[in-house]
Amino acid sequence: MQSLPAIPNILKLKPGTGMPRRFQDNLMIFLFLLPAIVLFLLFVVYPIFQSIYYSMFNWKGFGPAVDFVGLNNFKNILSDRVFMIALRNGFLIIGLSLFVQLPLSLMLAVLVGRDLPGRVFFRTIFFLPYVLSEVIAALMWLFILNPDPDRGFINAVIVLFGGTPQAWLGNTNLVLISIFAALTWKYFGYHMLLFMTGLQNIPSEIEEAGRVDGANAFQNFFFITLPLLASTIRTSVYISVLGSLQQFILVWIMSKGGPVNASETMATYMYRFGFVRFQLGYGSAVAIYMFLLCLIFSLIYLHFTRKPDYLSGLEG
Amino acid sequence: MRTAQTYRPSWNVRRFFQRLLQYSVLVAVVIIVFVPIVILVFGALKTRGELMSSPYSLPIPPRWENIISILTTPRYSFWPMLRNSLMVMVATTTGVVVICSLAAFVFARMEFRLKGIAFQLFTLGLMFPINIAILPVYFVLRQMNLIDNLWGVIIVQTAFQLSGNIMILRGFFTAIPAELQDAAYIDGCTAFDFFWRILLPLAKPALAAVAALTMIMSWNDLLVPLVVINSDKLWPLPLGTMQFQGQYGQDLALVSAFVALSALPTIVFYLFAERQIVSGLTAGAVKG
Repeated sequence: MQSLPAIPNILKLKPGTGMPRRFQDNLMIFLFLLPAIVLFLLFVVYPIFQSIYYSMFNWKGFGPAVDFVGLNNFKNILSDRVFMIALRNGFLIIGLSLFVQLPLSLMLAVLVGRDLPGRVFFRTIFFLPYVLSEVIAALMWLFILNPDPDRGFINAVIVLFGGTPQAWLGNTNLVLISIFAALTWKYFGYHMLLFMTGLQNIPSEIEEAGRVDGANAFQNFFFITLPLLASTIRTSVYISVLGSLQQFILVWIMSKGGPVNASETMATYMYRFGFVRFQLGYGSAVAIYMFLLCLIFSLIYLHFTRKPDYLSGLEG
Repeated sequence: MRTAQTYRPSWNVRRFFQRLLQYSVLVAVVIIVFVPIVILVFGALKTRGELMSSPYSLPIPPRWENIISILTTPRYSFWPMLRNSLMVMVATTTGVVVICSLAAFVFARMEFRLKGIAFQLFTLGLMFPINIAILPVYFVLRQMNLIDNLWGVIIVQTAFQLSGNIMILRGFFTAIPAELQDAAYIDGCTAFDFFWRILLPLAKPALAAVAALTMIMSWNDLLVPLVVINSDKLWPLPLGTMQFQGQYGQDLALVSAFVALSALPTIVFYLFAERQIVSGLTAGAVKG
């Protein structure tokens, strides 16, 4: 903190209003928490329970839900091939994020390091896509991925080097990779920022000591830096997994989940049933599956972060 | 400096090549980051014919026709969309900053029964992102008659920003030394006086970080308006941008101009508030 302000107004405080201190404090706790709790219960917690209720009905959204179907929606979802594609795509995006996007971000963070001249410049540029909205990112990528080389820049480059232009978003084998490229473009800067902050918190003396003891750059990185970054990596993995599971806007704008469901994600699947076909009971059941998946990953994450970690003192 | 390295005779040469490698990789990434943005700006500054005949040449001289046409044609409704976005952003940000600082203060500085449970409740919110909750939330909004109403967007955005920002602010509030609180109480401050006269002024950087993050989130949000808003008069900018592309997609130069214009406020804001955004995000993720 900077310099503490003097506490000038204290002497001018009004004398107590006569209420007992304890009562005053409790009243304040109540009033201070009230808006947050009310909003949170009404718009975050209550909807969860309500959708559990609706998920057991075959409900089109008009009038009260009367057509009780028990757990049929949940069964039907699991036997729907398209949902399975969406689930597979979710795990594919998780896998690609963890094994391509995060290592890339980590590599760039290490490359920028602690003292490279211009590191703030690079950070500012790399972080810019994260700040742009998903709509703008999706439209920009839609433009450069255009199959016509006279319109899409990426195909123009490929043609320039003698390759064949590809229908990036129209080919069932390429669409997910193309969307993943846009996702990486948008989000690598965020993970890089987390890693840069994590690296900053490792005292350089420790790596120094490793070097003096004869460790080469690789040993230093894998046996000293990486273990000390563990908590940042865990956070980054968790954010990445949760983000991958619920990918919606980029997919919806770039491919609408197509062609022939090849890029469907659970969120686009839910949106299609909930807001396009208005099968609200079925859509609610999809939402609950997604919620359960997030919950499972969150519990795994909590399990790992709660483990006593003798290095945690160093990680800030 | 790096004493261990200075023992090596060829240190300067090694150092030079190391730096060269570092900078070439980083510059390559800078180029990749800029490609989609530059292509967009090129498109926005050409006429439709120029974009067809020479799509990748520099826009020299720049053509401002498309930009001007978007800013001056009422049918494209750029200004009403900008106004809707601004209204939602200001209301959401005010709501989040006020509500979160009140709650975070209680969690950081007061003791009461059920504190643990109440706090756990908010951490639960971190596991339930809006993309997953949108359908259930839609039911609730419909029951409350908040569909096709900007207040519906504001309330939902605010509610889903509570968890994360309470965590961030609680972290900052906890870091303020307890001695200060004791001193204030001894001098006759009530808990409220301490909050209002001492803690909030000290926490200005944290409040700025939370405000900057919330502004970005609200300004960029597409999903909530997509589901809540029906009438085009109420479209905020991201929703309007998406619809504009759907309607005028054939005219790539015009659409590029619209997209570039709608990206401009974010970029300008980012360049001014980068420090706040970065400190908010790292505090939220590293400590949260």
